[in-house]
Amino acid sequence: MLHAVDESVTPIHIHDMTVAYHKKPVLWDVDLAVPEGKLVGVVGPNGAGKSTMIKAIMDLVPKASGWVHIYGKPYSRMRQAIGYVPQRESVDWDFPINALDVVLMGRYGHVGWVRRPDKIDRELAEEALEKVGMTDFGHRQINQLSGGQQQRVFLARALAQDAQIYLMDEPFAGVDAATERAIIDILMDLRARKKTMLVVHHDLHTVSQYFDWLVLINMRIVAAGETKDVFTEDNLNKTYGGQLTVLSEAAQAVAHHQRGL
Amino acid sequence: MNEFWGPFWIVLAGALAGASCGLLGAYLVLRKMSLLGDALSHAVLPGIVIAFLLSGSRDVIPMFIGAAICGVIATVLIETFHRRWRVQEDSSIGIAFTALFALGVVLITAFAGQVDLDQECVLYGEIAYTPWDRLFWEEWDLGPRPVWILGTVFALNLAFVLVFYKELLIASFDAEMALSVGVSAALVHYMLMGAVSVTTVAAFESVGAILVVAMLIVPGASAYLWSDRLKVILILSALMGVISAIAGYFLAGVWNSSIAGAMVVVMGVLFALSLIFAPHYGLLGRFVRQVRLSLRVARDHVLLKLLRDRESQRVSALSWGDLVDTAARWVSGIAIRSLMWQGLITRANGHFSLGEQGVIHATRLLRNHRLWESYLNQIGLPPDHVHDPADALEHFTDDRLREEIRAALPDIATDPQGKRIPDG
Amino acid sequence: MPIISGVYEVIWDATFQLVLLGSLLIGATSGTLGAFAVLRRRSLLGDALAHAALPGVALAFLWTQSKALPILLLGATVSGVVGVLIIEAIVNYTRIKADAALGIVLSVFFGGGIVLLTHIQQSEVGNQSGLDKFLFGQAASIVRTDLYVMCIVSALVMIAVFLFFKEFKGLIFDAEFLSALGFSQRVVDLLLMGLIVLTVMVGLQAVGVILIAAMLITPAAAARFWTDRLHVMVLVSGILGALCGALGVGLSALAPRIPTGPVMVLVATAAFLISVLIAPRRGVLARWVRLRANALRENGQHFLRAYLALQTQDKEEVVLADLASELQLPLYRVRRLAKRLGRDGWVNTHNGACSLTELGHKEANFVVKSHQLWEYYLVYRSILEEDHVDRPADEVEHILTPEIIEQLELILAQEDIDVSGDIHKMGSGYRRTGKDE
Repeated sequence: MLHAVDESVTPIHIHDMTVAYHKKPVLWDVDLAVPEGKLVGVVGPNGAGKSTMIKAIMDLVPKASGWVHIYGKPYSRMRQAIGYVPQRESVDWDFPINALDVVLMGRYGHVGWVRRPDKIDRELAEEALEKVGMTDFGHRQINQLSGGQQQRVFLARALAQDAQIYLMDEPFAGVDAATERAIIDILMDLRARKKTMLVVHHDLHTVSQYFDWLVLINMRIVAAGETKDVFTEDNLNKTYGGQLTVLSEAAQAVAHHQRGL
Repeated sequence: MNEFWGPFWIVLAGALAGASCGLLGAYLVLRKMSLLGDALSHAVLPGIVIAFLLSGSRDVIPMFIGAAICGVIATVLIETFHRRWRVQEDSSIGIAFTALFALGVVLITAFAGQVDLDQECVLYGEIAYTPWDRLFWEEWDLGPRPVWILGTVFALNLAFVLVFYKELLIASFDAEMALSVGVSAALVHYMLMGAVSVTTVAAFESVGAILVVAMLIVPGASAYLWSDRLKVILILSALMGVISAIAGYFLAGVWNSSIAGAMVVVMGVLFALSLIFAPHYGLLGRFVRQVRLSLRVARDHVLLKLLRDRESQRVSALSWGDLVDTAARWVSGIAIRSLMWQGLITRANGHFSLGEQGVIHATRLLRNHRLWESYLNQIGLPPDHVHDPADALEHFTDDRLREEIRAALPDIATDPQGKRIPDG
Repeated sequence: MPIISGVYEVIWDATFQLVLLGSLLIGATSGTLGAFAVLRRRSLLGDALAHAALPGVALAFLWTQSKALPILLLGATVSGVVGVLIIEAIVNYTRIKADAALGIVLSVFFGGGIVLLTHIQQSEVGNQSGLDKFLFGQAASIVRTDLYVMCIVSALVMIAVFLFFKEFKGLIFDAEFLSALGFSQRVVDLLLMGLIVLTVMVGLQAVGVILIAAMLITPAAAARFWTDRLHVMVLVSGILGALCGALGVGLSALAPRIPTGPVMVLVATAAFLISVLIAPRRGVLARWVRLRANALRENGQHFLRAYLALQTQDKEEVVLADLASELQLPLYRVRRLAKRLGRDGWVNTHNGACSLTELGHKEANFVVKSHQLWEYYLVYRSILEEDHVDRPADEVEHILTPEIIEQLELILAQEDIDVSGDIHKMGSGYRRTGKDE
């Protein structure tokens, strides 16, 4: 049931969104309105479609149906409003580039085509590095950084984007405790500044400690709302009760059917 | 053609081709698209041949059009095979480029009388004829045509890399990020592939369809071994293209062989040199680092052995045979000699003992070792399992890390085996 | 008919028969092994191997001054293998990735080969060394002793494939599982690579270093369309390869100026395209036919549901024009649909109206039931909100297999959910309404 949503103050409003990879539906019919200024956790088992949902919001994967609005407008017009932290494995860490230049990439959206980032952009990038405690590593080649440091660089890059909304894909995956602490401090600080964050997360122990809002996913949205209301044993059972056999089979059937196999 | 200008034009054409390819090639290597470059340079052949047949001349414009059409066909074929028909990606590339290249060769031989092209040109180009292939405007002789063409292409490539530096960088490093800041990775991809096609066609007459692959990939890969800065890699890559052109020309004279082939051989040599001598990523550097590491470990072990011996019986009585690690006799021997040379250990009557500095070094190591043992024990390893990991870790523990461990431990004086932890 | 008599002459020529037999062997060997090479993703490594063989051929000639095939091939093998080893070393010991390593070795070795070949050509004035046949291939140069070499190598390769079929299959499908079973993955991989080397070398003379890789890749990729079974694929690939070899040689015999390699490759490409088109299950045509049949069935099911929605208690008949507006389709298409369903024995049409036969009723009930079951399932599992359950249900209902429906019934029955009642008015998802935006 759709509640009336005031779109202009809703950072992310997803309506009736189905996403398919190679014609196979992986995320069914998502309806979601994320409130402003919340630190939102996206939780679910492997293959549940967490990353897919984030990518679909940013048009990185095509939607089979439905739409996403960012503050009431389509994503293509609100690109600047969104900062993105992809999974660490998504890039080649052997690439010849240093940490500061990676962070500087966060400014590219503001700089626009062809023009070069100027001194102010550089200062903002250095500021972002400082916020994640990586000032001393700015001129390090990225493959000489530890996993936690690489993750901090990615976070700094998103900070340099200076966005209203941050989408983060497993920022805590494979980082040390100190980095996890540093990252969560930054997220809290962002929340204090009324930013909205959607964070894919897989450590159930820290969910209620970190997030004030929660989205439970397993091929569809199982529950979404204030963490204290949503983070219940019943909901977790529904989320982690394994992939729904019939749904998976139906998805496979749809894929075969549409490819004419 | 006189003694200077003949070679000059040939070398200039080669250098321009090398630099143009080098600039783009660096991106191909970084983006892991080397094979696409390979495929594209083969695949444009039928387009070039058909353009020759239809226009009846060596005009550049029809050649570019023909090649561009073929390039697009190749890309579409590869995509169709792979995405729609689900053939593996490498096989898709293999099928598409061999088919188009075969078609080109058949066309050349079938219409041999009508085309001013032959198999040799396809294989290694006609750079040797550069000085005689003149460009005329009205009746003025403007100089060799290939130099004009390759010069234009080099200027275009340089402009492309300079103007779109930022876009190329972000799309190559992180395509998703590029999309999310509004840089279309697909658009950048197609611009780059377009530039590669144009460069391939321009270089075709001079170096042929196959050797251009080397000019694209080899300098880029060599430069990638030398630096971690994209700008440096781009400059180095173009520079290596130029050096290969000059050296290749003279070697071809010595060997009495194809100039383009010799250029590629020089590129191969430059790559081999980079592979061996590049400071951080070269094999020699790697080897030296490994030797130094094992030497350091061996030295540490000798020092520790002497210190432990001193702890237990006060009088050192270890001979050469006791000190040398039988598993790595060679390294161990060097380690002992270097320690003696530095005065860290001394030998008297065939027995070794620690010098003053040696005691300090060894004590620090022993402290590392026993602190690690305690720490590992504290995080749950049984006391009889902590020696080996501590043995590996003791060499790489600097002052800061040592004190961090110290701080993480309760105030203890001995390690899990009850041995005293020496003070720092 | 001079051409035909010319063909006869060529075919009955003893030399030609020799050449034909040779190409047949080459095609069959590379086709057979190509199946494994392609599935193990080694096809482009075969390409690099072939290009890297060129300097070996030239060096062997320079050292021995002999043009005997075994000697030249020995040189080719050595330099080809060295090339592959260098690729491995580059990938293992530097940060250069596999694709660039392959391209580097391929092009630099080829460049070295070109330098040597041009050196040989220019130093032996007027004496064509005949080594350039290794570039694009010249099947006509096959002589009787060459054929013996080919026979032996082909036999070796075939026997090895037969003996180690199981191991190769394991390697391709799941190499880690193979090692878990106690086979050394390294050994099996080396064995396969060794066989690829042999196959490439034996084809060098007739197909040439530049295009021999296509004889590995193209027939195998074509064979993949005909079957899902590995042993059938290997067989089909071998046969296709042999046919391409023979046909390629036959065609190039008609125009002796054209080298054999490219002709063979073009024939193989044609075989690939034909396979893609007409292969029974995975082929493009077969898939198109099936998609079309699916679409027809979907339309039929929409027709039946619309019929049930419009049908009233007292009147069996529904006017076609009403159906058209309900389905939001043009009238002529609804007429055509009714006619087709009439042929299936589901619908009777008369005077612009139609009624369902008993068979049609049965089918319509099945459609409605599967639609409803699916909707109940989605809502029950709280996958969808009730108010937009209809569109996805509509996509899925046509393809729910009887097994899935059975499972659905079982699940819902276990949970004691009454399916007969209406959770909401039956949807009208068959209407092609616009998207929300």
